[in-house]
Amino acid sequence: MKKKRTKGLSPYKKNEFISYGIAILGFAVITLLKSTGMLSSSLQGQLVPICAYIIMAVSLNLVVGISGELSLGHAGFMSVGAYTGILVSGILGTVGVADPLRFAAAVIAGALMAGLAGFLIGIPVLRLRGDYLAIVTLAFGEIIKNIMNIVYAGIDENGFHISTKSDYGLSPDGRMLLNGPMGATQVDRISTFLYGFILVMVTLLVVQNILNSRQGRAIMACRDNRIAAESIGLNVMKNKLMAFTVSSALAGMGGVLFGLNYSTLLPIKFNFNTSILILVFVVLGGLGNIWGSMVAAIVLTVLPEALRQFADYRMLVYAVVLIVVMIATYNPAIRSRVSAFSEKYLRRKKPAPKPAEGGAD
Amino acid sequence: MIFLANLINGLSLGSVYAIIALGYTMVYGISKMLNFAHGDVIMVGAYISFCGTSYLGLPAWVSVVLAMAVCTALGIIIEGLAYRPLRGTGSLAVLITAIGVSYFLQNAALLIWGSAPKVFTSVFTGMGPSIGLFDGELTVTWEAIFTLLAAILIMILMTLFTGGTKMGKAMRAVSEDNGAARLMGINVNSTISMTFAIGSALAAIAGVLLCSAYPALMPTTGAMPGIKAFTAAVFGGIGSIPGAMLGGILIGVIEVFGRAYISTELSDTIVFGVLIIVLLVKPTGLLGKKITEKV
Amino acid sequence: MKKEFMKKFTVVMLSLVMVFAMAACGGSSGGSSEGSSDSAEAVLYVGATGPLTGGASIYGTAVKQGAMIAAEEINASETEFKIEFRMEDDEADGEKAVNAYHTLQDWGVQVVLGSVTTGSCVAVSAETFEDRVFEITPSASSADVTNGKDNVFQVCFTDPNQGKTAAEKVMELYPDAKVAAIYNNSDPYSTGIFNAFKAELEANGKELVAEVTYPDDSNADYSAQLTSCKSAGADLVLLPIYYTPASVILKQASDMGYAPTFFGLDGLDGILDMEGFDTSLAENVMLMTPFNPWSDDERVAEFVKKYQDAYGELPNQFAADGYDTMYVIYEVFKASGLTTDLSAEELCDAMVAAITGDFSYDGLTGQEMTWSTDGTVSKDPVVVVIKNGQYEDM
Repeated sequence: MKKKRTKGLSPYKKNEFISYGIAILGFAVITLLKSTGMLSSSLQGQLVPICAYIIMAVSLNLVVGISGELSLGHAGFMSVGAYTGILVSGILGTVGVADPLRFAAAVIAGALMAGLAGFLIGIPVLRLRGDYLAIVTLAFGEIIKNIMNIVYAGIDENGFHISTKSDYGLSPDGRMLLNGPMGATQVDRISTFLYGFILVMVTLLVVQNILNSRQGRAIMACRDNRIAAESIGLNVMKNKLMAFTVSSALAGMGGVLFGLNYSTLLPIKFNFNTSILILVFVVLGGLGNIWGSMVAAIVLTVLPEALRQFADYRMLVYAVVLIVVMIATYNPAIRSRVSAFSEKYLRRKKPAPKPAEGGAD
Repeated sequence: MIFLANLINGLSLGSVYAIIALGYTMVYGISKMLNFAHGDVIMVGAYISFCGTSYLGLPAWVSVVLAMAVCTALGIIIEGLAYRPLRGTGSLAVLITAIGVSYFLQNAALLIWGSAPKVFTSVFTGMGPSIGLFDGELTVTWEAIFTLLAAILIMILMTLFTGGTKMGKAMRAVSEDNGAARLMGINVNSTISMTFAIGSALAAIAGVLLCSAYPALMPTTGAMPGIKAFTAAVFGGIGSIPGAMLGGILIGVIEVFGRAYISTELSDTIVFGVLIIVLLVKPTGLLGKKITEKV
Repeated sequence: MKKEFMKKFTVVMLSLVMVFAMAACGGSSGGSSEGSSDSAEAVLYVGATGPLTGGASIYGTAVKQGAMIAAEEINASETEFKIEFRMEDDEADGEKAVNAYHTLQDWGVQVVLGSVTTGSCVAVSAETFEDRVFEITPSASSADVTNGKDNVFQVCFTDPNQGKTAAEKVMELYPDAKVAAIYNNSDPYSTGIFNAFKAELEANGKELVAEVTYPDDSNADYSAQLTSCKSAGADLVLLPIYYTPASVILKQASDMGYAPTFFGLDGLDGILDMEGFDTSLAENVMLMTPFNPWSDDERVAEFVKKYQDAYGELPNQFAADGYDTMYVIYEVFKASGLTTDLSAEELCDAMVAAITGDFSYDGLTGQEMTWSTDGTVSKDPVVVVIKNGQYEDM
């Protein structure tokens, strides 16, 4: 998997260090502020969701930025992870497993299930191109949400029950885990900022190692010129599927972190808007730019909270900021960032034939 | 009889989707962007028409024309301010900006008209009661009839317009090859503005028809029909006008039939599931053009 | 180099936004610490979270306006302390609600009024339970809101309770009716009521002739659902849903010439006040709602007048719930003999003891309301029928 090239401080390495740097520095500063009690409870409450969104953004970047496929259903994989994690954590909770172990088991199960979903969905979906692929991922995201709405699960002395009907014979003193449209309730909130930080580091490690590996370069080659990549014997489908599966598994991990941070989780949380929100992080942070996604995820999660003083005008201001920042960063007068990044990656291999537009085209 | 009733409902819902999908498809064809704010233009159109009839006391048709005028202007303004600066930067940047515009329109509507839903008075109330057929076994509303007629009429006009007029030909040229069209002396900017203007005017009509049939009007009214219509546009083959029509009608019919005969809980799953299957068999939609890739 | 410039430019743009965000954060948290330490004036900080933007904002806004009227009344008569009320937007989303609650904590919240919607309230109540903050919700009706949390109370009925009572009323009033139901399967409120309603009917040997659902979007088409109710021969249709979709259902039912008895619950309250709604469509609709704005009750009339003067619209059940909840907080606080300089944690247990003790409250949404230790309210259900665009008691 990891066949790193040993070279000086290449642009790869530099970006890698920036990403780890942001994560570690952020963790250190926050921990310091927390211990001195200088952190407002508003910010403190957002730490875990911020970590979850960073994981979501970085993993989506693997598909949208690096593999070059526009995915509009990332929240669907997040929900698969979240609900799997909640189920696993709930079941282990009834037999009294210690929290860190419960969390670890939930994360592994959530990542596996989401990865499996990504793999199964990826096989048909990745045959499509561009906006058609986008709409199908959107469709899958909606379908996953729709199905979560009718899943009921619980655990009692007779074991674990799962059903699509609300009356599935859970004994009165059993523990309800998933309750259809009411989602998961009575979830033990075992996510912590430390776990979040660890998962962010794991995500960065996985994604940046892929980026810097043979597979990573193959994925980017497929993105930039499919036909050329095929002609030199790269298996486009296999490479894209790999990226899609890994991205889904990581999204599932983010979902577990998010899901176990709240006592309740409604399926409607994982709708189209959440997928779009994560996509906004990726595009604003720069396609293929890992630390950009991190910064964008942090800023855009804190921003709506910070805008509370605008009261009713809050979301209006948010929309205006979003449009203005997009235009300011992407205006062709300064050239598209997208091609700047593609160009940079291509330059290392060979003179670029034509920088890809990336994403949806 | 129930089958017929469901079919009529499906056709009428599908016609609304089709008109919205036309706007999506035209804009996509010419500027290769997914205009996610399109659904919210529908909502604005419906609100303007509502204000026209309820506050200004205008006759229904005048308020519809007013809504079309306002939406046309809105479409041109949005294109000029938010999308034009990003032209040629890849569709993702514009996509996110479109989402920003969508948030903006929804929240502006919330501030202007408040969160309380308004009940839209159907523009066809003057037509009298619904038509009863087969001894009242089957009722057909005027809304259903006119929505279907409007969709067909709009589709014919659009086909004539893009096929026969100078402006329509210019649109096709620009969507075919932006650069070559420019070299041929076509004003690309004004052609794109024109496309947005037409798409937005259609959105206003769709808004009025949608709210005439399903009268609750809120700032989020346009969101879900927008996504469904987007699905319809892709279903039929995005960029194709007859495709949008076909896709819209099919999505509407599948939705209603799915709800009636399979499961109300999973109706969205059925719609999206059919979409996925169709795209796997025909990867560019029902009537989409095959893309030949050049090395 | 363009690329280098581009990169720097992005960094500058992002950091600008960051600074802006931080500044805004700092500004608000700075202001809040001032507020909470300033106890010399004797102020009780009551904080609420509810949807003020987005699709559900109508409910949050109504609760906010109702609670504000109550707070003004209290502040006008109370001499020992003042109530300061603040509602933060939660977009009816659990995550945003927790954020909003934390913002309120920075402001120095002592008692939580809310949350308005169920999903948000379940998420927030888990936090208040841990932090030991007294919480009472005007309108979050799911059983999960209070389940296992001794510090959380409801002013409204729970969903299962409403569903059960509705079934009892239906069987009492229409023993021979063929009953159908249309509900929103992605909404906890709707599903909660429906499940309890169905269970109660079945426990009495009655079956629903049709049960149909619709997904969660505002302008859905309900003709398929109505068609299946009609073809099943249902003559009573339960609508355990909010009034926006209900208004569409009533119109479409009338369009297709289908006129069963529609039986709604408190979510249907407000339908008559919708701008542009043809109230004749709702004629003879029955609903179980705790608040009747046309009631002869003196207090109700006074509240309705104040509300109309202030906001130019008729108060709905949510506004009345908000008003009552604010008064309950006030009365409980007074009854427990506490002072405003105590922290939220210190207030919590005393207020819990007071409300579950010998405490009863007469409000707009019920007389002699009492609370049990499980957090649920006990009051009489009221069924009204719509006649001439007004509620009439049955």
